[in-house]
Amino acid sequence: MKIGVYVCHCGTNISGVVDVQKVTEYASSLPNVAVARDYKYMCSEPGQNLIIEDIKKFGLDGVVVAACSPTMHEPTFQAAVFRAGMNPYMFQMASIREHVSWVTQDPNEATEKAKRLIEAAVFRDALQAPLEKRRIPVGQAVLVVGGGIAGIEAALKVANAGKKVYLVEKSPSIGGHMAQFDKTFPTLDCSQCILTPKMVEVARNPNVELLDYSEVKNISGHVGDFKVTVVRKPRYVDSTKCTGCGICSTKCPGKAPDEFNLGMNKRKSIYVPFPQAVPLKAVIDRDSCLYFQKNICKVCIKFCSANAIDFDQKPVERTLGVGAIVLATGFKPFDAARAPEYGYGRFTNVITSLEFERMTSASGPTAGKIVLKDGKEPKSVAIIHCVGSRNVNNNVYCSKICCMQSLKHAHLLKEHVPGVTVYNFFIDLRAAGKGYEEFYRRVMEEGTIMVRGRPAYITDVPVDASEKGKLVLVAEDTVLSSVRRYPVDMVILSVGLEASDDAKDIARTFTCSRTADGFFLEKHPKLAPVATPTAGVFIAGACQGPKDIPESVAQAAGAAAEAMSIMVKGYFELDPYLARINEELCSGCGVCLNLCPYNALERDPQTGLSKVVEELCQGCGACVAGCPSNALDLDGFKTKQVEAEMEGILA
Amino acid sequence: MKPEPAAKPKVAIVLGATCSGCDYSLLDLGPTLLDVTDAVDIVYWPTGIDSKLEDLEAVPDGGVDLILFDGAVVNEDNLEMARLCRKKAKILAAFGSCGAYGGIPGLINTGSPKKILLEVYQKLPTFTEKSESPAFEGENALPKMLGQAYALDQVVPVDVYLPGCPPPLKLVASLFTDVLSGKAIPKGTYYASNRAVCYECKRVKENKDITTLHRYHEIQPDPKRCLLEQGMICLGPATRGGCDAVCCTQNQPCRGCLGPLPNAEDGGSEMMSALASIIAVSDENKDSDYSAIFNNLNDTVGSFYTFTLAKSTLGRRKVD
Amino acid sequence: MSEPQKVRIVAFLCRWCSYAGADLAGVNRTKYLPNVFPIKVPCSARMDPELVLKAFAEGADGVLLAGCHPGDCHYLRGNYKALRRYNLLKKFVTQMGIENDRLRLEWISASEGSRYAEVVNDMTSKVQKLGPLKWRREIAIEA
Repeated sequence: MKIGVYVCHCGTNISGVVDVQKVTEYASSLPNVAVARDYKYMCSEPGQNLIIEDIKKFGLDGVVVAACSPTMHEPTFQAAVFRAGMNPYMFQMASIREHVSWVTQDPNEATEKAKRLIEAAVFRDALQAPLEKRRIPVGQAVLVVGGGIAGIEAALKVANAGKKVYLVEKSPSIGGHMAQFDKTFPTLDCSQCILTPKMVEVARNPNVELLDYSEVKNISGHVGDFKVTVVRKPRYVDSTKCTGCGICSTKCPGKAPDEFNLGMNKRKSIYVPFPQAVPLKAVIDRDSCLYFQKNICKVCIKFCSANAIDFDQKPVERTLGVGAIVLATGFKPFDAARAPEYGYGRFTNVITSLEFERMTSASGPTAGKIVLKDGKEPKSVAIIHCVGSRNVNNNVYCSKICCMQSLKHAHLLKEHVPGVTVYNFFIDLRAAGKGYEEFYRRVMEEGTIMVRGRPAYITDVPVDASEKGKLVLVAEDTVLSSVRRYPVDMVILSVGLEASDDAKDIARTFTCSRTADGFFLEKHPKLAPVATPTAGVFIAGACQGPKDIPESVAQAAGAAAEAMSIMVKGYFELDPYLARINEELCSGCGVCLNLCPYNALERDPQTGLSKVVEELCQGCGACVAGCPSNALDLDGFKTKQVEAEMEGILA
Repeated sequence: MKPEPAAKPKVAIVLGATCSGCDYSLLDLGPTLLDVTDAVDIVYWPTGIDSKLEDLEAVPDGGVDLILFDGAVVNEDNLEMARLCRKKAKILAAFGSCGAYGGIPGLINTGSPKKILLEVYQKLPTFTEKSESPAFEGENALPKMLGQAYALDQVVPVDVYLPGCPPPLKLVASLFTDVLSGKAIPKGTYYASNRAVCYECKRVKENKDITTLHRYHEIQPDPKRCLLEQGMICLGPATRGGCDAVCCTQNQPCRGCLGPLPNAEDGGSEMMSALASIIAVSDENKDSDYSAIFNNLNDTVGSFYTFTLAKSTLGRRKVD
Repeated sequence: MSEPQKVRIVAFLCRWCSYAGADLAGVNRTKYLPNVFPIKVPCSARMDPELVLKAFAEGADGVLLAGCHPGDCHYLRGNYKALRRYNLLKKFVTQMGIENDRLRLEWISASEGSRYAEVVNDMTSKVQKLGPLKWRREIAIEA
């Protein structure tokens, strides 16, 4: 073999710690190495040209670059060697930046470690054989999981490009949390008014199949050819007959807390989720329905002129074939009961920001009136930012949108309740979007009192007459450096955003990782925020991290573009890391057959030996390690190659 | 003048550290044994003929066409014999798993030979004050133990391997036929299949997915189905065939005596990997804990390296 | 204070989780001891026990196997196999006298950069205390 070794300085990122000259010299002494060079920026064009020229000049058949992590530039150098006519898989990378120079204190140790890793890479490369990427055909449909604003947007973009979309939503209606908001900052557009046209559009689009009240049970396969099993939960109402007229609800005697209104009022056991629901169909809640619980009533059947009630409805399973998946499963608001110092659940007039949205909404539990529990208007209201955010006791991250939401609430209070005193308790004010800072100024000019200090607790124990019957916030105004008591009538807790309860299960089902805070892990935090490490699975919206509506919409469009690029090409290229069986060594013992999660191994009925189904193999090597005769090996990660790497390290 | 009869090939069968079962197994040839003994000139076979060591020593170096060395090398006597055989043999064959891999004597590599000697000759429960222990020093001393057990090729170069405990007779016959016919045998040939026992085993292979392990006596296995699939630790998948899976056919799970496969030389770890891979493989999830299945499997060396410890990757217990 | 022993630990890191976690430690410039040398494998299930034994036999003083957390394997269920194989292998190496701290299995996710560094430092110091393994496959025969 003639291997070229290139040691990158990476500016001073590597050369500042590792003695790159010594390392290059060492590399040139290794077996099979024809040339070894060092250069300041290997990934730059002149750096890549060094490699290309050497390949031609020395007739190299292998290249090792010792630089950053392969996650960063392996594709860059693979493309470079390909341009010089070398098979890209003859390229091997040694990470001496992320794994050496950036993490090692002592320069001598770092230099030594770099030598070991380069030796390992050279030994491995010497045993590499050329490999070809595999092309697999791509199914022309996209699955979008989650019917909130991000899911709706992604579905529309794909559908409008002419491709089929399955939009799966676990609730009886699409719309997500945006449907629950009253006004959106900073324009104060009515949330429902800008959302519902999109909801209707997506349901009407001929390319979109809306699977409402459905959940994904499991998926198999891989990018280009996912098989997704979706279960439609029973509404106990025939959607094809129901007109959404709502008469059943008016007659129904059963009641339960209204989820859409966050339990602030009750809805009937048979109900349409909200007036603008899409699809506009009724659904029966088994747990409160008198028929299901006590086998009585059935008033809905009596009054339904469309004969749409069907108590015998069963869950329906379907398997869909899709080429790409977009996860847009949203968030859940922080449970304010986890901040007991604020008395949510103890004090009647402490509510959350989302509950306040429902309150100000004209179709909400108070018909848009801002009132205390006893029906009176509040004379003073405190809004606390960062509840469940920026807090070592629950979530350390910033939830991004609550400052703007709190300012919006301050504005709405001033608008709807004449003469009300409003306090906003904040730590740092984040108003970073377009028009956000201007909105902040406006709210300040309206007379909202901005207090820089996180309240320690709320109490209803008065110290004097002025505090009687009030909720008293005890907070340090850090600008004035004084701890003060603020008696108010109502407190709004601006709760942060958390990953939804089913994020864990969804991540598992779709082979997604999650970051420490529970949100889905993107492929790269800077350069690939809507892709995931799993090929063909993309994420958009709040499920990736707290964000506002314009960002969710932008990400949704991005994820749709990613999905589209797979569809449009018509094929997907898989890594060539395939399991291979040496038929002279295989004994047909069958140990491997159950080891493949992709069912890529089967027994040949003629010979009794095992066979690899190449289109299904994902190259994990689980079967290779289990084969007791080592008849199985993995292209690109052959046992001899791993042994060679070990040898290089232990030399 | 009568033509000179062609010289018969010279053969010797020598004992190292062995139970001599391989030796005995030659008797299984039955009447054919006499044909064999007629066809060759047995120079030295302490068990089979009246021969003395001097007879072997008298042969010129390289003059014995085939020496079968039956046993491992565990004490100085064995070592001396091994070296003598190498000198005298044209083809030196490691006869049996002891010679090929260290065999069951190889298991002493988990401990100290000195301790074992003391254990066996001085500390067994049946010893009383009246018991006489043999001498460890002096003129009538037992042969000195080496530091561990060795396979034959760990002490001298070996030409041919006949693994098995004992080696399947038809493979022994193959070797004899090849030697008698003067066929050139490549150095390092193993007279055994390159495929695992499973290839020859007639049991039906349905589904490798085990949830319980059974010892030999615990169940009456289904005579038609794969023993490993029934939860018995059968080393067949990681063991060379050539034996027609005779043990499995008799309801006895394979113990791995023909040793590891050519591309998977540490047979013990290959089998451990295969076995662990198929434990409850259809019920893998983060809440299922099947590690309890291994609770009673505490002698992994004895279970997976019964015959092959000395030649395995680690070879012996950590040297202190 | 005596010099800490120079020990070499071979680490098999799965490409999707633990290798990415190690990368993250680098991106965060978290400093850790230089005695652990990573080998990237596609999945922790690629880890063949025979390779672990080879590592010890060829001079490794410790072996670290790292994969995705149970339930999060990129290839769905590979890490469960890795765990079962590791459990059985552990029994074997223990029987052969290899101390507990020399062979270790850890679940390290792509976001756990600091955890990778902790594991490296912890394992290195434990192996340093035990000293180099210097595995001998056989005791040489004195002529």
